[in-house]
Parts: sequence; structure tokens; C-alpha cells
Amino acid sequence: MHTRGIIAVCIILSFTAGLAVASFAGFREFLPGLLEGARITVLITVLGCALAVAMAFLAAITRMYGPAPLRWLAITYIELFRGTSALVQLFWLFFVLPHFGITLEPLTVAVVALGLNVGAYGAEVVRGAIDAVPRGQWEATIALNMSRMAALKRVILPQAVLAMIPPWGNLFIELMKATALVSLITISDLAFKASQMNQTTYRTVEIFTIVLVFYLAIAAVITVGMRALERVAARGLARGRAQ
Amino acid sequence: MFWDWAYTWEIVPVLAEASIVTIEATVAGFTLAAVVGLLLAILRMSPRTWVSLPTAGLVEFIRSTPLLIQIFFIYFVLPEFGITLGALTAGILALGLHYGSYCSEVYRAGLENIPRGQWEASIALNLSPYHTFRDVIIPQAVPPVVPALGNYFVALFKETPLLSAIAVLELMQTAKILGSETFRYTEPITLVGLYFLVFSLVAAALVRRLEYWLKVRWR
Repeated sequence: MHTRGIIAVCIILSFTAGLAVASFAGFREFLPGLLEGARITVLITVLGCALAVAMAFLAAITRMYGPAPLRWLAITYIELFRGTSALVQLFWLFFVLPHFGITLEPLTVAVVALGLNVGAYGAEVVRGAIDAVPRGQWEATIALNMSRMAALKRVILPQAVLAMIPPWGNLFIELMKATALVSLITISDLAFKASQMNQTTYRTVEIFTIVLVFYLAIAAVITVGMRALERVAARGLARGRAQ
Repeated sequence: MFWDWAYTWEIVPVLAEASIVTIEATVAGFTLAAVVGLLLAILRMSPRTWVSLPTAGLVEFIRSTPLLIQIFFIYFVLPEFGITLGALTAGILALGLHYGSYCSEVYRAGLENIPRGQWEASIALNLSPYHTFRDVIIPQAVPPVVPALGNYFVALFKETPLLSAIAVLELMQTAKILGSETFRYTEPITLVGLYFLVFSLVAAALVRRLEYWLKVRWR
């Protein structure tokens, strides 16, 4: 109930902001460029989120059930990426890797850096959710003579995934906001287009207000999407339990 | 040669000097965030809808837009309204507001955990709202959430490199300048990464100690 109120406020806020923006002269002039930037922002967000989810599951499961050397590797990855700034990681991949003979496209650097960064945080979310599954479930899989991988895949993860959805929603929004950083490694995303237009037109108020509303809209889409996903997953799990 | 030790020793003092600005921004930003967060949390709990709803909207707005854009907004847009700030001040303000909105959620969790009886007792004793908050509610609500605030302190610290985007001469900006002077980015950026890693690990350990200490002290 409370969250619904907040969403209503956000919608009203963005709507009024949108109206205010629409009444600015020259709104039409900025829109195509900013939409182009928003496309890049959405692209990086989607690819980054996909990589983050893959890395998080890989790192968390390796950390919990992998053999010792792999476990250390997973812990190092998680602590390294959680312990340093996203911007430093981005710059490191962009400026330092070429010295080791690995030159990546800026877009690849952006997706890899953000995906690895958020993946490290996500690994802890996955670990927490798996830990939160009651012990009895593990014991039951042993009683049923399931292998550990099968138990994880068919019993533990389906229950853990439901608990992870809300924190993943937060992480996806974090990743979406972090995409603004990629403007600093020459990718022409929303933030880059905004700075560029600002330098040529000096119409600072209009440009940055539109950009804020754009980001707000993307965040709202993620929030609504994750809510829907949570509902679907909860229904699926309830059906599974009823059988 | 991948790593040049002579160059490394040459740039360490320069980076150490820049790290003072990073720490300044962290401490000032977090002090602001702690105060702003408490104010926002209290306003958001107000029984008057015309106070609580806009506050909730503002918090959600700040939380769901990128810090980088907010830094740009404060640095480039406020001057249009006649408020011109230095780069570092603008950066600290942006960090403080952004993390203040995060901290307000933390404070809110603490405030909502106060038993109803405490509020009722304050009314029974005819305490003003100011005294209720200062002497009854806040002393009980804040200590349990200090570890969560500590986590945001570490998070804010790790976000300070964003200030390099408005040319604050903190660690990242200095490393970039050093890199562009010599075309050797490996050493400066790796050192900056190492600095953040060491500091966050130490800070995380301190937060854990604090959590333990509070558990013992506030039982």
C-alpha cells in the first residue's frame, strides 16, 4: 500500500516534470539526440544486467560449493569488485588493459565493467537467498537420494530465486544508474549526449531536467517489471508446492 | 615492462596528497548525508500527507536517478538560478543529498522499530514533538541502524571518484592527469584501485567491530 503511494507520487512527479519539460522551447530540438543516448543507456543496462546475473550465480555457487582453489578465486572476485569503485574498474579496463595488449571496444568495456561490478554484489544476494532456504529442504533432497547439483537446481534454487527478486530489482536500478559513468569513457549514452548538448547550447536547465526524467522513467520500468516478475514467480512457486 | 617501480614511487606522494581531498569529500559528504537523511526520515513519517508524500517522492526521485547526473545538475544548473558553487562544494552537496536519501530509508527502519508505547508515553508526559524526538525516539532509533549507515559510508567513499567528472582534484582525477602526462595509465589507476580496496576492506572491518560493540553496549 505504502509503496503504491510512492509509485503514484513518482508518476505524478515525472508527469508534471514531463509537462514542464514539454513546455520548454526547444524541447523538440533535444529530444532526438537524447533518445539516441537513451537507446545506448538501455542497451548497456540490459546487457550489463544479463552479465551480472550470470556472474552472480556463477560466483555464488562456486563460492559455496566449489573446490577450494575455485572458491578462493570466487571470493577474490567478489571482494575485489565490491571493494573498489565502479569508475576505477571502468577506467582500469579502459586505460590499463590496452597496455597488456587487450584492446576492447568502449561498449564492451562498459558492459563488462558494470556487469562484473554488479555481479559481485549480486553474488552476495544469491548466497544470502540460498542460505535462507530452510535446512530441511537440503535434508529432504538427501533423503530422496538426489545429487547435490540436482538438489540445487530442482529444489533449492527455485525457492531461493523468489527471495532474490526484490534485491535484484535494486541492483538492476543501481546498474542502470551506474551506466551514466560510461559517458566518461567516450560512449555516447544519455549522460554523454547531455554534457555534449550542454557544451554546445548552454541550455543547461532543460537538458538536465529531461535527462533526469529519462532515467526516472527507466527506473520506473525496472521497478514495475520486477514487481510483475515477483508476482509471477510467487504464483509459480505456490503452484509447485500445492502439487 | 608492464610495471615501472621507479615511476610508481614517483607518483605515490602525489596520489597521497590527492587522497586527502577524497577523504575530505567523504567525511563532509557523509556528515551532510547523515543529517539530511534524518530530516527526510522524520518528514516522511509526518502524519500530514502534504508533508510526507512529497518527501517520499523526493527520496524516490533522488534514489532512482544517477549520482553523476545529480552532480552535473548541481554544478551546471544551480548557477543559472544564481547559486554558484565551487566544484568540491557542489560535489559534496550532491554526495550528501544522494546518500542522504539512502540514509533516510535506514533511519526510517530504525524509527519504525520504536514501540508505539514510547510515543504514547511522550504524549502522556506532554513532551513537545522536538523533545519527543531528541530525548526519547532518536536515542533509541539511531544506535541499532549505525552499522547500516556505516555501509553507506563505505559506499559513499567509493563513489567519490565521480567528482573527477567536474574536475575536483581528487584521487581519480589526479591519476588521470598523471596518466595523460606520461601515457602510463597502468600504475596510477592500479594504485587508485588498490587504495580504494584497502580502505574499503579496513572500513568494512571497522563497521563490523562497531556493530559488535553496539550489540554489547546497547543490550
